[in-house]
Amino acid sequence: MKILVCISKTPDTTAKIAFANGGKKFEEAGVQWIINPYDEWYSLVRAIELKEKDPATIIHLVTVGGADAEPIIRKALALGGDEAIRINTDSSDSYYIAAQIAEVANTEKYDLVFTGKETIDYNGASIGGMIAALIDAPYMSLATSFLMEGSTATITREIEGGEEVVTVNTPVVVSCQKGVAEQRIPNMRGIMAARTKPLKVLEPAAADSLTSIESFELPAPKAGVKLVSPDNVEELVRLLHDEAKAI
Amino acid sequence: MVLVYIDHQDNQIKKSSLEAVTYGVALAKQLGTEAHGLLLGTVNDDPSALGAYELKNIYQINDAALSSFDAQVFVKTIAAAATKVGATTLVFSHNQTGKAVCAGVSALLKAGLVTGAIELPKTDAGFVVKKSVFSGKAFANVSIQTAIKIISLSPNSFRTTGGAATMASIIPLDIPVSAGHVKITAVNKTSGEISLTEADIVVSGGRGLKGPENWGILLDLAKELGAATACSRPVGDAHWRPHHEHVGQTGVQVAPNLYIAIGISGAIQHLAGVNRSKTIVVINKDPEAPFFKAADYGIVGDAFEVLPKLTDAIKKMKASA
Ligand SMILES: Cc1cc2nc3c(=O)[nH]c(=O)nc-3n(C[C@H](O)[C@H](O)[C@H](O)COP(=O)(O)OP(=O)(O)OC[C@H]3O[C@@H](n4cnc5c(N)ncnc54)[C@H](O)[C@@H]3O)c2cc1C
Repeated sequence: MKILVCISKTPDTTAKIAFANGGKKFEEAGVQWIINPYDEWYSLVRAIELKEKDPATIIHLVTVGGADAEPIIRKALALGGDEAIRINTDSSDSYYIAAQIAEVANTEKYDLVFTGKETIDYNGASIGGMIAALIDAPYMSLATSFLMEGSTATITREIEGGEEVVTVNTPVVVSCQKGVAEQRIPNMRGIMAARTKPLKVLEPAAADSLTSIESFELPAPKAGVKLVSPDNVEELVRLLHDEAKAI
Repeated sequence: MVLVYIDHQDNQIKKSSLEAVTYGVALAKQLGTEAHGLLLGTVNDDPSALGAYELKNIYQINDAALSSFDAQVFVKTIAAAATKVGATTLVFSHNQTGKAVCAGVSALLKAGLVTGAIELPKTDAGFVVKKSVFSGKAFANVSIQTAIKIISLSPNSFRTTGGAATMASIIPLDIPVSAGHVKITAVNKTSGEISLTEADIVVSGGRGLKGPENWGILLDLAKELGAATACSRPVGDAHWRPHHEHVGQTGVQVAPNLYIAIGISGAIQHLAGVNRSKTIVVINKDPEAPFFKAADYGIVGDAFEVLPKLTDAIKKMKASA
């Protein structure tokens, strides 16, 4: 079995979100970068677990990004995976990124393509669905559990107001979220091994960008909290009813 | 022409879908064009009632293959339908179904997509959609450059209107539907619960509640308010509550009218997922808890004492109303 795990580099969850160039650009100064948590905690770990069960499994990691994405991809390789592919281009357009990954998927013919359910920076939740459409494979969004039996995957996925269990034969594209696996910490052996794992750099394929970010804004700050005494909860109820009109 | 995808679960059109309809109609007016709906499969109620939202036509595709959901099949069908009726803008809800299909439709039509829009686009020069980014910590204005545009609307961002005395015309569309590859073997409804992303009010508990056995007082409050329940990440991780209740940067992002946080410290990753809530109430025994800085109202106190009193006070208010 051959698995492709999509890896995205995102700012650390505690990073200060600020913008430069009059709101045109994310301020990267002082920002720590991490593997997008959905990619790391769920899709990558699940792929590694599948390989632990069936050592013949091959795991490729792919990222679309500049050379500055390499520390992130090495970190991912320290958790597991056989080799990595970096597609040497920077973009915030989902279609352009998905087209790059679809190109790799079309040549390598993976049984499984895993993405996180979204990235924690652009919150697009669209790369997986686009890859699936571009390679004409079934798409399983928002998976909370993933099991493999031969070439049949059994996936639990979130639907409005609950979950459904589905079976599908490979190839399939899956977007992973909480439930699929548990976060792991890389160990020394993994970190050493990652240094010598192959990291292939590919130049991007020709593809269009369909969108572009014009500017960013920060939310307006809150006016300040109104404190109510714990002995006067009636006052809170009154405020929520009369002032906030929330109940 | 604006085409709104009409999502349904259990053959019922849900609130998030009605929000998308309201949004699509407002957008069509802004663009000086018409808004129509696209319905795959069947619903229990007469879909022409969506005329109340000023949708003009409902294009309906009825095919046995659409009776159970398969993203691949739905994507192809929606893309073919959009082409056939000549849609220039497609609107989805950014709910679970929207997340499963709108990206695929975007790729097939090569139509620029913005997911999680929170207001109507600016269309005076170009087509610029505002969406929430950095998991609620900021907004981005994204320009769509293609002729066909796709927007998915963040739930709870756009109030439904409705009430017009018109009926929509149902127009059957003949689109060949390919067979799917996916078999649904079970559906587990979180029955009786209010959907977290759609809820007007969310009552959320953190580690301050000490253990799952103490959730009764929170559930009582939620029940009294008709609220959905949520929790912080460690609460989900410890399985005190089901993992789909975990809100925050790495969980569900919510934007209810009212978010009540109980025994939650207000870590940056938690705030990211909830700070688009209109009104935030924080109940925490530590006056230094960072959550108070993001709150509109707060009570510094012990949740175990405050919650029952609060539930009572709401009961009394409702009785006297
Ligand atoms: C990469 C990453 C991603 C993360 N993503 C998320 C996320 O998506 N969502 C999320 O929630 N967290 C997330 N976290 C975790 C986050 O940093 C916090 O650890 C977590 O939110 C804390 O949960 P808590 O507020 O329930 O617990 P605590 O921080 O332990 O706070 C408990 C609070 O309860 C109060 N309290 C105690 N007893 C009482 C009482 N009797 N009455 C009233 N109040 C009381 C305390 O004063 C305290 O403020 C993430 C962390 C990382 C590193």
